[in-house]
Amino acid sequence: MSMNSQGRPTMPTPSNDTSEMEPVFQSFSGHRGLRLAEPLIFELGTCHTTGVDVEDAGDFELSIGDVERTAEIGCPGLSEPDAVRHFTRLSRRNYGIDMGVFPLGSCTMKHNPRLNEKMARLPGFGDIHPLQPVSSVQGALELMDELSHWITTLTGMPAVALSPKAGAHGELCGVMAIRAALEARGDAREVVLCPESAHGTNPATAAFCGYKVKSIPAQDNGRVDLQALKEALDDTVAAVMITNPNTCGLFESEIKEIADAIHQAGAFFYCDGANFNAIMGKARPGDLGVDAMHLNLHKTFSTPHGGGGPGSGPVVFSEALKDFAPMPYVVKEGDAFTLVEDGDTKSLGRLTAYHGQMGMYVRALSYMLSHGADGIKQAAEDAVLNANYVLASLSDVMSASFEGPCMHEALFDDRFLKDTGVTTLDFAKAMIDEGYHPMTMYFPLVVHGAMLVEPTETESKYNMDQFIRSMRGLAEEAREGKVARFEGAPYFAPWKRLDETQAARQPVLRHPVAEAAE
Amino acid sequence: MTKYTEDHEWIELDGDTVTVGITDYAQKALGDVVFVELPEVSASYSAGDEVAVVESVKAASEVYAPLDGEIVEINDALEGDPSLVNSAPSSDGWFFKMKLANADDMAGLMDEEAYNAHVAGLE
Repeated sequence: MSMNSQGRPTMPTPSNDTSEMEPVFQSFSGHRGLRLAEPLIFELGTCHTTGVDVEDAGDFELSIGDVERTAEIGCPGLSEPDAVRHFTRLSRRNYGIDMGVFPLGSCTMKHNPRLNEKMARLPGFGDIHPLQPVSSVQGALELMDELSHWITTLTGMPAVALSPKAGAHGELCGVMAIRAALEARGDAREVVLCPESAHGTNPATAAFCGYKVKSIPAQDNGRVDLQALKEALDDTVAAVMITNPNTCGLFESEIKEIADAIHQAGAFFYCDGANFNAIMGKARPGDLGVDAMHLNLHKTFSTPHGGGGPGSGPVVFSEALKDFAPMPYVVKEGDAFTLVEDGDTKSLGRLTAYHGQMGMYVRALSYMLSHGADGIKQAAEDAVLNANYVLASLSDVMSASFEGPCMHEALFDDRFLKDTGVTTLDFAKAMIDEGYHPMTMYFPLVVHGAMLVEPTETESKYNMDQFIRSMRGLAEEAREGKVARFEGAPYFAPWKRLDETQAARQPVLRHPVAEAAE
Repeated sequence: MTKYTEDHEWIELDGDTVTVGITDYAQKALGDVVFVELPEVSASYSAGDEVAVVESVKAASEVYAPLDGEIVEINDALEGDPSLVNSAPSSDGWFFKMKLANADDMAGLMDEEAYNAHVAGLE
């Protein structure tokens, strides 16, 4: 059994090597230059070390009966520098938007401006508590009011609920409001329609709200089949949930006809606003006939996400739904701002314990104010231009799923890999060796072996040219039958390809050393 | 005689009871199966109802009742070893046995030739 420097048992350091990557010698330390081998924290330090001064508990009597623990827990004990080094070393194996291009389609991994962070740390925003008297948080409430103004202006909708905590939570909020509105008019409807290319959260939300989900087929051009939608619309349909631009990166060009048909049937139009980044400042959902739509502040308005911060999914409502919006909300009375937290009898109630993600509100408003109306519009234009640059630069070597330009993301399928033996998964893993986070793969489900690339407005032409060069290189090698780099990729990452099947079929849920000790 | 559905299930009739599983095409498309959720014995289903769930490293997908009937037996072995769906889709990897409400319904399903043509049309 291997031991660490303090004599604690460790798991043997796994080899990351492959034959063609084999170095001419092995280091004595197990490290490989700046690629440092790092054991699990349970294998570090000793049980008797601590980086914290804990006062002696003194004499006390236990009153918890026979559940008192008598054996050692075996918690890792590390000095402060060892703990700092452990997590710093691990963090160097990570990849984030601050390290390079992060083309994860549908996720909108755009740069988080540092100005946002500076604003969010102002004590008047960063150090307040939701239970403080409202008289002491007037600035924060004013910020929520101003953010609401920007959101309703950008969307052309009369009302917004800020509190939902993420996209799926926003969907829940919207569909609950639709249910409340239908119940208020004594109309029991049972069905929600979702297109085939929908985010999985759409049908999940509808089902969670007690609706039966029916799927609407897509046309060959990747857009909702209006005729099929019209045929499915009857007086049992409560709502239709459509993402626009959709998950194929295409604008639903018949959106107005779709909205009219939905309203004619007495149903509501829920728009998944996850891709609002592509149209902000250019088109207003209110003009398109939308009844409810969530915005992902953490995508569209550059607040951190994907491990970097909590999401935030405010929902905008049409005239028909706004009375059913959840509490709390901010109102201005004279010069003072107050929070309405109860007493609104039409409202669907509360969705959060407090008032939502204050830190994200600050960051989103900071993004809006620093860009201005013209800057926001340009960000949408640049995001679409960048995606089309990627699409046009790769269309001859990869297979674009749909003809014509795209919106904010470029969708490819695996036809160009046919008969090469390389799969979408292999291709994505090979991108890791190129130093990129892979694009979204196997989503949307409507095309085979999907690869969805979203550069966002963040990337410069220089960055995209580098990225495109790698993608072209990979596509050409695959087609020429040079498949070695794909089989078992990634080779240069700290860990080689994991065996997902074994990980799911026979997961190792406990540290083997700890298990053996029992 | 084995019959097939458009949802890539095979159905084998024995008396008034059918054994149901997914086809080789389906297991290949799913990839490595890691989890199977089976129905309760004695539950009744109509044709097209969702009866079981099969989850692979790539996707989760439903298994539907091919015809109206009642579940009489489930393949417990799949819960311990879902890889049977990959290694033996048309034998040990069966999902459930169903007592048909009406055995004549079998006539409406595809035979092997029709199913092969259906699969060829998808590729």
